[in-house]
Amino acid sequence: MADEPMNALPPSRGGKNQAANAAGSDNQSLYADRVRIYPQKVEGAFRRFKWTALIVLLAIYYLAPWLRWDRGPGAPDQALLIDMPARRAYFFFIEIWPQEIYYLTGLLVLGAVGLFLVTSLFGRVWCAYSCPQTVWTDLFMWVERMVEGDRNARMRLDKGRWTAERIIKKITKHAIWVAIALLTGGAWVMYFTDAPTLIIDILNFQVSGAVLFFILMFTATTYLLAGIAREQLCVYMCPWPRFQAAMYDEDTLTVTYEDWRGEPRGKHKTGASWEDRGHCVDCLQCVNVCPTGIDIRDGSQLECIGCGLCIDACNRIMTRLDLPKGLIRLDTVSNQVARAEGKSAPFRLLRPRTIIYTGLLALVAAVMLFGLTTRSTLEVSLLRDRNPLFVTLSDGTIRNGYIFKIINRARADREFILTLDGIEDATIAVLGGSSGSGAAVFSTRPDQVETFRVFVTAPRQALAGESTDLSFVLKEDAMENGEDVVQGTVFLGPKQ
Amino acid sequence: MATEPEIDPVTGTETTGHEWDGIKELNTPMPRWWIIIFWLTVIWSGLYYIVYPTFPGWKGIWDYTARKDVSVEMKEVQAGRAEWLNKLAAASIEDIGKDGELLAFAMAGGRAAFADNCAPCHGSGGAGGPGYPNLLDDDWIWGGTLENIQTTVTHGIRWAQDDDTRMSDMPRFGVDEMLDKSQISAVADHVLSLSGGGAAEGEGAEIFAENCAACHGESGQGNAELGAPRLSDAIWLYGGDKAAIVETITKARRGVMPSWGGRLDEVTIKQLAVYVHSLGGGQ
Repeated sequence: MADEPMNALPPSRGGKNQAANAAGSDNQSLYADRVRIYPQKVEGAFRRFKWTALIVLLAIYYLAPWLRWDRGPGAPDQALLIDMPARRAYFFFIEIWPQEIYYLTGLLVLGAVGLFLVTSLFGRVWCAYSCPQTVWTDLFMWVERMVEGDRNARMRLDKGRWTAERIIKKITKHAIWVAIALLTGGAWVMYFTDAPTLIIDILNFQVSGAVLFFILMFTATTYLLAGIAREQLCVYMCPWPRFQAAMYDEDTLTVTYEDWRGEPRGKHKTGASWEDRGHCVDCLQCVNVCPTGIDIRDGSQLECIGCGLCIDACNRIMTRLDLPKGLIRLDTVSNQVARAEGKSAPFRLLRPRTIIYTGLLALVAAVMLFGLTTRSTLEVSLLRDRNPLFVTLSDGTIRNGYIFKIINRARADREFILTLDGIEDATIAVLGGSSGSGAAVFSTRPDQVETFRVFVTAPRQALAGESTDLSFVLKEDAMENGEDVVQGTVFLGPKQ
Repeated sequence: MATEPEIDPVTGTETTGHEWDGIKELNTPMPRWWIIIFWLTVIWSGLYYIVYPTFPGWKGIWDYTARKDVSVEMKEVQAGRAEWLNKLAAASIEDIGKDGELLAFAMAGGRAAFADNCAPCHGSGGAGGPGYPNLLDDDWIWGGTLENIQTTVTHGIRWAQDDDTRMSDMPRFGVDEMLDKSQISAVADHVLSLSGGGAAEGEGAEIFAENCAACHGESGQGNAELGAPRLSDAIWLYGGDKAAIVETITKARRGVMPSWGGRLDEVTIKQLAVYVHSLGGGQ
């Protein structure tokens, strides 16, 4: 099916459809067939930058799980770890509990605003150099070129018959792809479990089903997305190209073809005059090297990921022709307009939108920093008994039950004193602990949530009515000037 | 009414041959695939009758019931709990509280067993109701220690089938004409006053001393060994107004709790006792 031309689909069956299509016989499919892209090898400044970014980012990805960070006994020593079974996330000195998931929200907001800022300044640098899809696709394309040769060799190979050479080359390529994908999936899992232990387990074939599932899942996605889907992900699946135009303005750096200088384009014979024609010699080098297979001379377009490989390709041709470089260049719209008139426009870093994005970025970062530095290692929660609401004791006093939870995030044993505020003569009793006094002592183990059953008893005449306000005040024993944690609740009693 | 089927000139479809006031119906039967699936499902449902135990006496060709699956799963669960259950069985009831993990296990089991067996009378929160004691308070007719509670649960109260059941028989002073109405009224007033210390003199006090004090104590402090409720506190099983007390003295109440020793195993009863003891009133 995929090889058939799209307007060669059989005419539809049935009467109604026929009526609807009666207008014309050119019965077009809604789906365009994929046009295979064979990007050509290119050298130059942008390509070097792309290689550098690729190596640095892959190194971070594969090596980061191996960083160690001492957190003391009983705690994992992996610097970056999301420990799902224990419900903790570790990031160097930061330890996040599930209740603090808003830090993740903050991180995502930071990422989004940072992306907005970078995009409004430099265009699609994220898409071009750092998006995982780009990085792995680039790596897979490099493998493809190493195995099957450059653009022309690959096109010949794919057009030709299934010779032994073709079969061997295809098998080799896909085997290397799968191997890279397997490493990618394996490294992903290392962020969720202790990396050295995992390696030993894998070598002993002792991984759990869940680990195996995730390794294979990420192997499959890496292979499919970087090997098979490639630019289709950017063009059809990714939402980012669709709305990033909102971050663009006339001062955003974009990969631009200088049509005022290049047109009218045409082939050029050595020694012929450059008068009355443009500098573009229509060599199609910019199209051949493009990883998404577009023609940048058609202007800015959704498919362009802004990697600048066409700039490298064009500059080589311009150098060979002894023409000034930069027929295709990274430039702003306002500078292009000025250059077309023989002037130049400065690159403006400070614009309302960049200032707003920077401000937002600073604000969110400041809030996060404040949150992290003032993060409490103590949190309490209080749950009132509802069944029954209160109990009358034999001496006529009223008792309410509460479940009191202390979250001790510190890695040390801690003792707390709980007192009451709001009802005179109220006493506290703790199930399995102290009873009948004005205060209760709790000891908590390190890095734990401890639950205590607390009974508060008060004489009937001390109550204000059916419901009396009551506060639990928790003080840390060791800290004399530590802050009290006050938890408000009510004490219920009979109608008076 | 019925005419011959004919071809409708507009759509080219056959009509059903029915006509009502000049209106004809096109014959557009159900699609064949639909009919086939319909009959297949009918046949399929027939297979169920053969395969599964569908009517009394028929066990299905594979002798399968979901109940067997459940019992297998239950056995697996039991096996998983065996270590803790054995520990519970070996531990004396006082020692359970000393092992935090064992206590947590006992509490979890006790909570579940309470909801299954006790909640219908004592309430899901254990707060009881008129005639059904509140298990959260500190007033225990038969004692509130772990051992007392375990005994009560095992043997029940006034449960005739159990020889060791808790038994106390308050006489029916009114019905059996041991006291007349005015005497009952007087003693009821006296009982009511016990919460506030009680009057030392008067007819009520005399009748109380003669008839009630043997079990309930001279000042109405009760006696857990005899199962005689304390009358001098703020807790009344059947209500604390005079009418309720008069009724109690006249007819006696003689509430019954089943013995659970034959229905629940020893470990479950231990768990129940630990749970009930923890509700807030344990002694």
